[in-house]
Amino acid sequence: MSYTDADLLDARLVAPRRPGRWVSAAITLLLAAMLGHTLLTNRRFQWGVVGQYFTSTSVLDGLKLTLWLTAATMAAGFVLGVVIAYVRLWGSPIPRSFAFGFVWLVRSVPLLVQLLFWYELASLYPQLSFGIPFGPSFGSANTAHLFSGELAAFVTLTLDVAAFSSEIVRGGILSVDRGQSEAAQALGLGRLRTFWRIVLPQAMPAIVPATGNLLIGTLKSTSLVSVIAVVDLLYSVQLIYNADFEIVPLLLVATIWYVILTTLLSVGQYYVERHYSRGNGIKGGAH
Amino acid sequence: MTVTDANPSPLLRIRGLRKSFGSHTVLHDVDLDVPRGGVTVLLGRSGSGKSTLLRCINHLAKPDAGFVELDGEVIGYRPIAASLGKVRRLQELRARELTRQRARIGMVFQQFNLFPHLTVLENLVEAPVALRQASRKEAAATARELLERVGLAGREDAYPKQLSGGQQQRVAIARALALKPDLLLFDEPTSALDPELVGEVLRVIKDLATSGMSMIVVTHEIGFAREVADTVVFIDGGRILESGPPEVVLNGAAHERTRAFLEAVL
Repeated sequence: MSYTDADLLDARLVAPRRPGRWVSAAITLLLAAMLGHTLLTNRRFQWGVVGQYFTSTSVLDGLKLTLWLTAATMAAGFVLGVVIAYVRLWGSPIPRSFAFGFVWLVRSVPLLVQLLFWYELASLYPQLSFGIPFGPSFGSANTAHLFSGELAAFVTLTLDVAAFSSEIVRGGILSVDRGQSEAAQALGLGRLRTFWRIVLPQAMPAIVPATGNLLIGTLKSTSLVSVIAVVDLLYSVQLIYNADFEIVPLLLVATIWYVILTTLLSVGQYYVERHYSRGNGIKGGAH
Repeated sequence: MTVTDANPSPLLRIRGLRKSFGSHTVLHDVDLDVPRGGVTVLLGRSGSGKSTLLRCINHLAKPDAGFVELDGEVIGYRPIAASLGKVRRLQELRARELTRQRARIGMVFQQFNLFPHLTVLENLVEAPVALRQASRKEAAATARELLERVGLAGREDAYPKQLSGGQQQRVAIARALALKPDLLLFDEPTSALDPELVGEVLRVIKDLATSGMSMIVVTHEIGFAREVADTVVFIDGGRILESGPPEVVLNGAAHERTRAFLEAVL
């Protein structure tokens, strides 16, 4: 082949051929079409029933409980988790080993088992009394009355979130350069302020994705409370299908709601991550 | 607590300072006086204990024996007297008291250690506000003056990573000055910089020296030491081998090891 410099300079630049890309696209589209086809044509999915119950009052009430349980346990558990991480890194020896023991225990016992334990607390301690340890008691309450299914669910999930988030936070903190806390100390910032204002914000980029994961996991773990008769999203559809035996469409109702919620959370996570990456990009700021 | 000194009242007195890491002794009973308003340059090969000495001064490293005194106040410890009034123990200070002492000693690090998630202005404002030295507004006004002084007016809203190394180090110097410290420590302030950026940082330090700031500078810049230092201290193997005016130590070093070091760096 012979050509001149001018030919090369005039030539149009084109992308390489990628036959594999066309094949993989065709296969993917085919699978998607098959999935869509079966979802629409298999009458046993009963989309009519799904639509009928999707926004029914009892399902929405169950959804509400799932939402507040997730939000409340995540908030309380994460705050507790930050405290535990702080104690494990900088606490005095006895609280430190206590924090370690707590994380060890909670991570060792299956969530469902913990849930049943808290629910059965009344059979272990029928009376709870408040007073000076080993001393006089100021008052007592009946455990069975105090520990409703909802409280047992809240306590179990909060402790679970606390144990797992403390490990996430601790890992995030360890990823921050030691020079940062030295510089803060040299500037005379106190230990707590150094943690809260300097180290924790820089640990956030490492903490946020894992916490998003934990949040989504917790949202789905709330469905375990159906075994102790707390009427969450899953239990509310179970109550319906126990009466009319429309099992698959009602499980689809719950499934679609879970998918919608996780999708919203993933979108939220994207914005939180973007917020905490400030100072890391070259964009923004004065030039 | 009476130690007779030739120098009437040095700003900083170090006596018998010893520090080991495991079985390795980094500092052997170091004595040093730092005068008010002077520049003391610490020289020595890497691993000689210069940085550890510097970090003992603001208690980032805890000494194993000996003490550091700033203006007659022991750093990091409270002297506790027994019944007859003789000091028997030095009890380490609690975090809050340590914080107050450290605010009087500014420090500039080799790796700058600016807070990357805060803007330049926020880096300077953080400590004075946290220590209630100033309101946010006053601290911001002081910060702007300091930035102008280090030649960075107009960069208040930039984040550290948007600046060059030399600019970052100048911000770090301004940040250390924001607390109006009595003493400034520099730990190899130009060692992490590209050669063409060293000059701008040294110029800022030189300006500070002219304005009468008391400083201790660990550096390998012999030219800077010759020009700016009032005292040059040569450390080797955790001991002070010699100290004196730069023309004496740098031109007529008494020790063989000092001469060998100077030949190696020059």
